[in-house]
Order: sequence, then C-alpha cells, then structure tokens
Amino acid sequence: MTVFGVVTALLQVVLVAAVGPILVGVLRQLRARVEGRVGAGILQPWRDLIKLLRREPISAAGTSWVLILAPVVLMGTSLAVAVLVPYVSTRSATANSSDLFAVVALLLVGTVVLTLAGLDTGTAFGGMGASREITIAALVEPAVLLAVFALSLPAGSTNLAVIVARRVSDQAQLASPVSLLVVVALTIVTLAEAGRLPVDNPATHLELTMIHEAMVLEYSGRDLALVEWASSIRLVILLGLTANLFLPWGVATQAGALALLVGVVAFLAKLLLFGAVLGIGEVFIAKFRLFRVPELLAGAVVLGFLAVMAAFFLVQGSG
Amino acid sequence: MAGLIRRLRRVGRITEPAPAAPAFEAFTDIARSGSAQVRHVDVGSCNGCEIEIAAAFGPVYDVERFGVRLTASPRHADVLLVTGAVTRNLQAPLRHTYEAAPAPRIVIAVGDCARNCGVFAGGHGVVGPVSDVVPVDIEIAGCPPRPAEIIAALRQVTGR
Repeated sequence: MTVFGVVTALLQVVLVAAVGPILVGVLRQLRARVEGRVGAGILQPWRDLIKLLRREPISAAGTSWVLILAPVVLMGTSLAVAVLVPYVSTRSATANSSDLFAVVALLLVGTVVLTLAGLDTGTAFGGMGASREITIAALVEPAVLLAVFALSLPAGSTNLAVIVARRVSDQAQLASPVSLLVVVALTIVTLAEAGRLPVDNPATHLELTMIHEAMVLEYSGRDLALVEWASSIRLVILLGLTANLFLPWGVATQAGALALLVGVVAFLAKLLLFGAVLGIGEVFIAKFRLFRVPELLAGAVVLGFLAVMAAFFLVQGSG
Repeated sequence: MAGLIRRLRRVGRITEPAPAAPAFEAFTDIARSGSAQVRHVDVGSCNGCEIEIAAAFGPVYDVERFGVRLTASPRHADVLLVTGAVTRNLQAPLRHTYEAAPAPRIVIAVGDCARNCGVFAGGHGVVGPVSDVVPVDIEIAGCPPRPAEIIAALRQVTGR
C-alpha cells in the first residue's frame, strides 16, 4: 500500500461525494434551460442538502430502528463503492478489492436497505415503492453482472481495476461487438438503478407513479439529506463506471501527481459529457408504463448474455 | 422529435427577467438558506389560487430559480402553501399536515379565502380562515393573488 494509493482512494471518495449533488444540479439546470426556464443553478442540490442537514428528523409513529439505520447504510455502501471502483486511477490502495461482484453486491445492499425502510414506514406508498424497487432490482442485477462479466473475459479477471487498465492499454477492444452490446446494456441498467427516465421520474409529485421517491416519503431533516445525497452519489457511481469502461482515456495507470490530476479532470469531463446526454435526452422521452419496464430490463439482460457469448467466442477465436 | 427541437430553438428562454429582490426579514433559522421545499395544501379552494400557483412554477415566472421546489410529502417541506377557506372535512388533515412537517415550518396563507374566508365566509361547511387552525406566518392577499405576489412571498423564505 503506497502513499499514492491511499491518496487516490481518499481523493475518489471526496470527489464522488462532492460531485454527486452537483451532477444532479447540472441535470436539473440542463432540463430547465431546454424548457425555456432560467433554473436554480447547479449548486441548488447542495443548498438543499445543507439546509436539510440542519433540520430535525421526525420518526413517524410505529417506525423502528430500520428507518433510522437505512440512510447510514445506504450512504456507507455508496461511499464504499466510490472507493473501490477505479474512477481516477487503477493504482488505488483498494484496487485489489475492486471486484465486480463486490461492487454489485454493495449497491444491492443499499437498494435492499432502502426498500426495508420503505416497508418499515407501514404506509401504502412506502410498501408500493419497495415492491417496485425490488422488482426492478431483481432484473437489473443479472443484467449488470452479465454486462461487466462480458468485459472481464478478455481481461481474464473480474477485478474492475484490471479490466479498466486492460482497456486503456488495448484500445482495439473499445469498438468490438462485445463493447457495443455492453454499452447499451449498462446504459439501461444505469437509468433503472439511478431512478431516471424512462424507468422512474425523479421530478414527479404523483405518488402513484413513484418508485424511489415513494420509499423516502417519510424521511425528513438530516435523514432525508443522507438519502438524497447517497442517491446522487449512486448516480455518479453508475454513470462514472459506464463512462470509464467505454471511454477509459485519462484514467491514471501510473503513480504520480500529474497522472492523478489528468485522471480527475478526465473523470469530471466524462461525467459532464454523459450527464449532458442524459439530461437533454430525458427531455424527449416520457416515463414508461410500469409493466413495460421489465421488458426494457429483460432486453438489457439479453444484451448482456449476447455480450458474454460474443466475448467467449472472440477470445476463443483469437486465442 | 425534430419538430420539438425546432420549436425549442425558436422559443428560446421565455422566463421574464427577475424583479428586484424584496426587503428580507428573518422568520426562522431555516429562512434565507437559499432553498425552500414547498408542500401545497388545498383545504377548500375554488382552484383559482391553484392556477396562479401553477403559473408561478411554470416557465414564464419560474419560481424555481429562487430555490423553491414543490415536494410530494409534508415531511420534506419547509413551507406549507395553504389555499382556500378551511372546510370541516379538511380541518383535521390540515392540522395533521402541519404536525407532519418538521419544525420550524412556515405557513403561507394564499388568497383572500385563506386569510378571511373571502366570499365563502359564513358558509355552512366553512370552519374559518387558516389562522384559526394553524399559526400563519405570511398572508398573500388577492382573489386570486397574482403569481408575482406568490413569488415575492416565497422569496422572503429563500432569501434570494
């Protein structure tokens, strides 16, 4: 464990935690501009969070420790993933642990804890949101596992740091059929897991159409701030992972301050690019009917499966 | 989609320029943090005030640029925007909504009905103005009040 590794790991957590709300602000600002409005500015989610952190959390009557623990666990797992995944550098102190299955499992722990909190409130909307979230998670997890597994076959490892490092050094892989199938699958997965259109509408006020929002209706004050903050971090985690797998340029594969700086700038630029595409794309689509969401996600699973098959045959063919 | 893009380009920005900031006076410690989550509560309105509130959040007035956002839950809210004269059926829901919001919450009575029952004063189903049920911090006069007046009151809360 080198000094560079430790610095990188800490830098990644701070960077992802700080950028999360700003990315949400950028998405809202882009939408406002396209709609002809002025918008609240990209720092508005941070203003909301700082205000919420100063407000009292209310525990609704009949709720248990699950409701209090859930935001902390959600935040903890999100930050853990932010350390593990190679966003800025593949030479982080935690690179050996950045296993694909660990990352997916950590994300799933956050999802499950939040659904338990939704059930714990005992309200109709909390339970409804929890059941929808689990339905979607059950379809998202195999898709993301298959998709990244397809990328791990050429690299010969399920370690994300190894996969990204391999893609930096061997850029012929980036335009391969495997890559193209996986990019579509991972994009669908990101939209579903982060609760964006067309799977879930983050701006809705209508409880009947909510998924993520329905589970957090009972949260207030600093508990709500933690949930909202962690949700924005999850968006950065998923968008950043997709971005780094398909545009791996700039990720530091060597130790050194300059490489780290390039890594940070490249990560922010990629995030901004993917965020802009997402934010403007969302203006042109409507939310899917709930019963069509499984069809979309099943499509992602099929694409992931095809990518695994293609990767297997291509590796066999070339080797 | 091409038609939509053409229209977006032609229309451009439609929000009117922001009027000068009102004179701010501090209400509570959450006021002037640059952010206010608003829960709208209709306790017996004729929907006139609702149309004006919707206009305030629309593209022309765009109250969101001052840090105001509507929420779906009173637990998320800093501000309760109450419209209409309080009717018997909604007296208890209004009190529950007030108690569900984390303290300190700011109650804004929107429109003449919320202030003094307006034309519905003395009606058999009417309990009274909003201030009879929950404490009111800001009152907005008008039947219905103009969006600009609603926005001026909300800017008092966000301090922007």
